[in-house]
Amino acid sequence: MTQTRKTYIRPLDLKTGQIDMAHGSGGRAMAQLIEELFAKHLGNEYLAQGDDGALLPHPGEGRLVMATDSHVVSPLFFPGGDIGCLSVHGTINDVAVMGAEPLYLSAGFIIEEGFKFVDLARIVQSMAEAAKAAGVPVVTGDTKVVERGKGDGVFITTTGVGVVRPGNELSGRNAQPGDVILVSGTLGDHGMAIMAERESLGFESPIMSDSAALHGLIAAMRASGAAIRVLRDPTRGGLATTLNEIAKQSGVGMMLQEKALPVKPAVEAACEFLGLDPLYVANEGKLVAICAEADAESLLAAMQAHPLGGDAAIIGSVHADDHHFVQMTTAFGGRRIVDWLSGEQLPRIC
Amino acid sequence: MKYIDEYRDGEVAQTIAAAIRAEADPARSYHFMEFCGGHTHAISRYGVADLLPANVKMIHGPGCPVCVLPIGRVDQAIRLALEQGVTLCTYGDCLRVPASNGLSLMKAKARGGDIRMVYSSADAVALAQKNPDKQVVFFAIGFETTTPPTAVAIKQAAALGLKNFSVLCCHVLTPSAISSILESPEVRQWGTVPLDGFIGPAHVSTIIGSRPYEFFAEEYRKPVVIAGFEPLDVMQAIKMLIRQVNEGRAEVENEFARAVSREGNLKAQELVAEVFEMRKTFEWRGLRVLPYSALRIRGTFAEFDAEKRFPLGYASVPDHKACECGAILRGVKRPQDCKIFGTVCTPENPVGSCMVSSEGACAAHYTYGRYKDVA
Repeated sequence: MTQTRKTYIRPLDLKTGQIDMAHGSGGRAMAQLIEELFAKHLGNEYLAQGDDGALLPHPGEGRLVMATDSHVVSPLFFPGGDIGCLSVHGTINDVAVMGAEPLYLSAGFIIEEGFKFVDLARIVQSMAEAAKAAGVPVVTGDTKVVERGKGDGVFITTTGVGVVRPGNELSGRNAQPGDVILVSGTLGDHGMAIMAERESLGFESPIMSDSAALHGLIAAMRASGAAIRVLRDPTRGGLATTLNEIAKQSGVGMMLQEKALPVKPAVEAACEFLGLDPLYVANEGKLVAICAEADAESLLAAMQAHPLGGDAAIIGSVHADDHHFVQMTTAFGGRRIVDWLSGEQLPRIC
Repeated sequence: MKYIDEYRDGEVAQTIAAAIRAEADPARSYHFMEFCGGHTHAISRYGVADLLPANVKMIHGPGCPVCVLPIGRVDQAIRLALEQGVTLCTYGDCLRVPASNGLSLMKAKARGGDIRMVYSSADAVALAQKNPDKQVVFFAIGFETTTPPTAVAIKQAAALGLKNFSVLCCHVLTPSAISSILESPEVRQWGTVPLDGFIGPAHVSTIIGSRPYEFFAEEYRKPVVIAGFEPLDVMQAIKMLIRQVNEGRAEVENEFARAVSREGNLKAQELVAEVFEMRKTFEWRGLRVLPYSALRIRGTFAEFDAEKRFPLGYASVPDHKACECGAILRGVKRPQDCKIFGTVCTPENPVGSCMVSSEGACAAHYTYGRYKDVA
């Protein structure tokens, strides 16, 4: 924006102002919102091009990976994160578990009329910090405003593009009988952080979301030289649902060891309280890895040496099974199926 | 998790399992019914059945509050939301119970009904306070455990003078359900359901105490062991039942002494008696109409009775023809004996009520144990 125009425009009232319909109109108000809020925090050379799309350099050898994710979390702010950093981490992780190096993000905002600038600024700032820390810039974006009551504060859709170098491709179809299953850390932290906040459960020490970008951890795992066959981030539906997806895709069965599953005591207690099972609760900064048995220990060591893999553990193994059941040896000594999530996880009443 | 982990200890489980094997007479078989859905869930989730010898069999009973809720009652709740425009509050498990016309409370919500999931009856009262221009109805279901909180909610609403809060009362009574099973021809005349004893309710018994079961033990000569909902509680209760059978005793024993007394929670009982009275009859899903088996709101609190406030006729609705929930709830059949189990009727599309709640016999078997059917 030119110096001349700047003097003629009153800056956005970021303290008490609110979004109104004009901010999505495509006119001056929207241009101002983009400049004073989005570009200010997220700014980079591609976003600064100011065109309808971003013109990006060729990523070099390899195949492109693209993933998209819409974020509608409620509440928007929760212990350990907010919708802003979540929308960056979630999409980076979807790209990274494909074996790709995440390069760029796009961000689409659907904002409800009346949403406070102060909250929007907090969210955009959090996005910017997450993108910067991950080294993955937001290169293009979109803003829409819907009437009051037609949205829930703000929804954010991010799309990520990455490049997978030759030989690094991963897929949920690659698990083989004899393989070993690992997780990178404690289960259910994100989901329970949200649930505790949503239901106003006053725990003495709040459960923190694990929202984090995993491509750094994945690079460290790669560097160990282990033959990684499958990576996936167990988000909605939790570990149980993710493993069932992989078992189905690969046409195998799995056997977990309940005793080996890492779960924080506070998460376990909160789950107990609400009648939930941490196996089905969402994670936003954890991954499941499946590798050849011979490489399991070295992969585990590489994961544990990384800040995001301190609680990594070997939790089970893959075997041949035409029914593709994921089963578990319970800590109690029995055996049971770990099924797909059915419906929503509803608390039991007695 | 202290005081809970102790009751899930795998090593202790092995010790009790060994004791059960030693106690059980290989020359005979033992069939015990765990009445409560909470026990069914613990048995399935922890794999308790795998630790039992082959001649000790568990039969899942009807003690899952969602499973025994008749279609007609869910229909009433749906009508309240869709036709009367009330805000209907309910416990989460009720949302997916299949009702008439392919509906459920969840589907009614999608059609525009204002249906809210609450964690306690107090949440419903709070909602009524906050929205004085909306009629708020609490869909109260469950056995004796959930009845006192409903009584508290009604008394609270009365104290606050709320004119927009009422309760659709579907609370049922455990002893009536046990009588119905023991009186059923399958058990009494035909002997098609061999029943050597009961694992008695955990949470229900904290309210009503162990005394109400003394009648069953004596009248029907069936041992009852009241047990907690943790897997070790269940194992210990099974051991105690085997011992009673072996010694020819039929008594009420209390494994759950850490929470259950003979008299129960007298304060809660008084509260329930103040607010509720017996219904002459009540329809149970799967067990048909049982006399004196449920509660309704007393005349003194009539203004909080949704059945009196709104025009709600009750119409009994038969189950799906192929559905075996009735027989499964009485222990006559197992989930895998039902033709539509796992094919037409799944947790995603439950036909019968036993498939709805994770405490239901069919859902528990489908979710945790169906690998046994294909082995």
